[in-house]
Amino acid sequence: MVKKVSKLPFRGTPDQAAQLEAVIAEHKSDPSQLMAVMQKAQAIYGYLPYEVQVMIADGMEIPLEKVYGVSTFYAQFALSPAGKYAISVCLGTACYVRGAQAVFDHLQELLGIGPGECTEDGLFSLEACRCIGACGLAPVMMINSEVYGNLTPEKLEGILAKYRD
Amino acid sequence: MAISEAVKTVNLKINGMDVTVPAGSTILEAARSIGLEIPTLCYLKEINEIGACRICVVEVKGARSLVTACVFPVAEGMEVFTNTEKVRRSRKLTLELILSTHDKNCLSCVRSGTCELQQLCKEFGVDDPDYYKGENIRYEFDDSMAHMVRDNNKCILCRRCVAACDNQCISVIGANARGFDTHISSPFDRDLDSVSCISCGQCIVNCPTGAIVEKDETAKVIAAINDPSKFVVVHTAPSIRVTLGEAFGMKIGTNVQGKMVAALRRLGFNKVFDTDFGADLTIMEEANELVERVKNGGVLPMITSCSPGWVKYCEHYYPDLLPHLSSCKSPQQMQGAVLKSWYAQKMGIDPKDMFVVGIMPCTAKKFENKRDHQHAVDGLPDVDVSLTTRELARMIESAGIFFRDLPDEDYDNPLGEATGAAVIFGATGGVMEAALRTAVETITGEQLPNVDFTQVRGTEGVKEAEYEVGGLQVKVAVASGTKNAKILMDKVRAGEGGYTFIEIMGCPGGCVNGGGQPIQHAVVRNFHDLRTLRAQTLYEADRSLPLRKSHESPAIKMIYSEFLGQPGSHKAHELLHTEYTPRPKYN
Repeated sequence: MVKKVSKLPFRGTPDQAAQLEAVIAEHKSDPSQLMAVMQKAQAIYGYLPYEVQVMIADGMEIPLEKVYGVSTFYAQFALSPAGKYAISVCLGTACYVRGAQAVFDHLQELLGIGPGECTEDGLFSLEACRCIGACGLAPVMMINSEVYGNLTPEKLEGILAKYRD
Repeated sequence: MAISEAVKTVNLKINGMDVTVPAGSTILEAARSIGLEIPTLCYLKEINEIGACRICVVEVKGARSLVTACVFPVAEGMEVFTNTEKVRRSRKLTLELILSTHDKNCLSCVRSGTCELQQLCKEFGVDDPDYYKGENIRYEFDDSMAHMVRDNNKCILCRRCVAACDNQCISVIGANARGFDTHISSPFDRDLDSVSCISCGQCIVNCPTGAIVEKDETAKVIAAINDPSKFVVVHTAPSIRVTLGEAFGMKIGTNVQGKMVAALRRLGFNKVFDTDFGADLTIMEEANELVERVKNGGVLPMITSCSPGWVKYCEHYYPDLLPHLSSCKSPQQMQGAVLKSWYAQKMGIDPKDMFVVGIMPCTAKKFENKRDHQHAVDGLPDVDVSLTTRELARMIESAGIFFRDLPDEDYDNPLGEATGAAVIFGATGGVMEAALRTAVETITGEQLPNVDFTQVRGTEGVKEAEYEVGGLQVKVAVASGTKNAKILMDKVRAGEGGYTFIEIMGCPGGCVNGGGQPIQHAVVRNFHDLRTLRAQTLYEADRSLPLRKSHESPAIKMIYSEFLGQPGSHKAHELLHTEYTPRPKYN
């Protein structure tokens, strides 16, 4: 699956930039530390948007394309931020046969975003995950650490409303 | 230790034949030494040795599986088989799998006939190209640049373009995403025109298929020729005469100047001129600018500006050093500017009705035409269309002209007259040598006893030389390929080197190896030095010409006496000089 690049405006702070600069300064001389720097950058910003990758590329003196190539190859790197409320819908076997796909599709409609994306207000992000070990409640989803089970598309609007207030 | 290692050899058997090669050789090289060509797709000697495509697989006795000959080192006593049934089956399977995601519109693909994939499919008898037909991703074309089109539907992910781009130290393309979704693109999958691509076209000449091609502008030229109100003038860059023949199956390095001129006449151009005239003119202006800078304490070192790929590189990557660039336009643009002014006046032609076509070794020339400050006469472009050598070859072919059977014809005058100094512009070091011939005689006022400045010749990436000119020590440097340009530019930025004059060409080896030159398969590129073979014919042409210094050309003397006055005159500045624009690295 090709990762979605967030279209949300970059909201990095000077404090975050200072943190990243310190990380880069530490590893600058060693290009093999690129992934370590990217991991730390993601810990600072939550994801690796264009602006952050440019900072890494310039700081490490590595072409931007090499940084981007790594960020699109490894599943651990995100190109879109997590929302304040990160929704993961389980598409594992048990959930899937109990109708998780319809739940997932309806969430995309309600939020107006695709998998791997974040809503413009930064409130919700959406992704699919594999089994979370709650098959008895299938289909299930998690919003941050809260688990919702026995879902139907009809129940979703009510659940989201709680977070919108 | 070092000495014994240097002479160490390895004995092995390939297809039952005894072979002795230097230790460290690959199976591919060992096979080559006994005249066996192992097919390759992803392999580019020294720049893309990744063993990824698996077309070069061979059997090695005792090995668990087939091995990739392009990267597998030979060992003492090894027994290799390059053409067994198992090997052929594997290669055919690989081709069938590549074809499963390849857009097979081969009938009209511009690379039909020069496509390495097509040739291998023929050689290995791939009779059902849809054998593994399945899911396909449809990629959009990227035609955002002035000079090229990328069609990832024909990409086989060999990564040769990525290696070529990395070898230029540009690295604006790479393999992105993963698995089935892997595709070659720019950072954040932006269009190529929003990254700092320099338009050199090295990715194009290294692509095995039609996934990257020049933007074809032959239709515009044909339309102009067919328009009775247009006076269509063509001029050919120095290197085209030694490369065009390759597109018609002729030996690498054949000088086809006469046939090329004949072909252009048969295509219907009103006048056929030589960009070498523009090159001589460039030398007049550039040598004058150099002398002025030295005398008046101008910015030094001065750096040549003939190569639009190099100029764009400097604008993106060294914008702070732009004052070092000579303000001279490239020969193509100078030729266009004087065609639409001096020549148009002489002939009584309205420059609006003149259509100027440059035949160039270069894809960046297509970009150069669209630059600002390249419209000297009434806001008209100096050159209307630049065609690559390949596009010209296609025009000749589709017009039914039997190129190899053509008689030799001469250029039209006066813009077809040129010196040996201009011919060598096509090779790295040529502009430097040509400029030295004129600058030295200008400064000393004496005839050079020997016009050969051999220290600046050859395909080495960076060359340096020191000359004493009229009591002055002059240190010069020459670089080709932007990887080597970077080495010099970092020195200049640091205030090191002590250079007076630098020549830089964007492509490795200069224009003879430009991104617009005829396609040669990697199996040829890997084992023949195209740059040297093509360049030596240019140096031969230089040697054979009666005049070898730009300032001795009668046509050059005529244009200055009739029209321009002196080199560096106000008129010369209006027509023949330009400006540069700092460009961002990311935009």
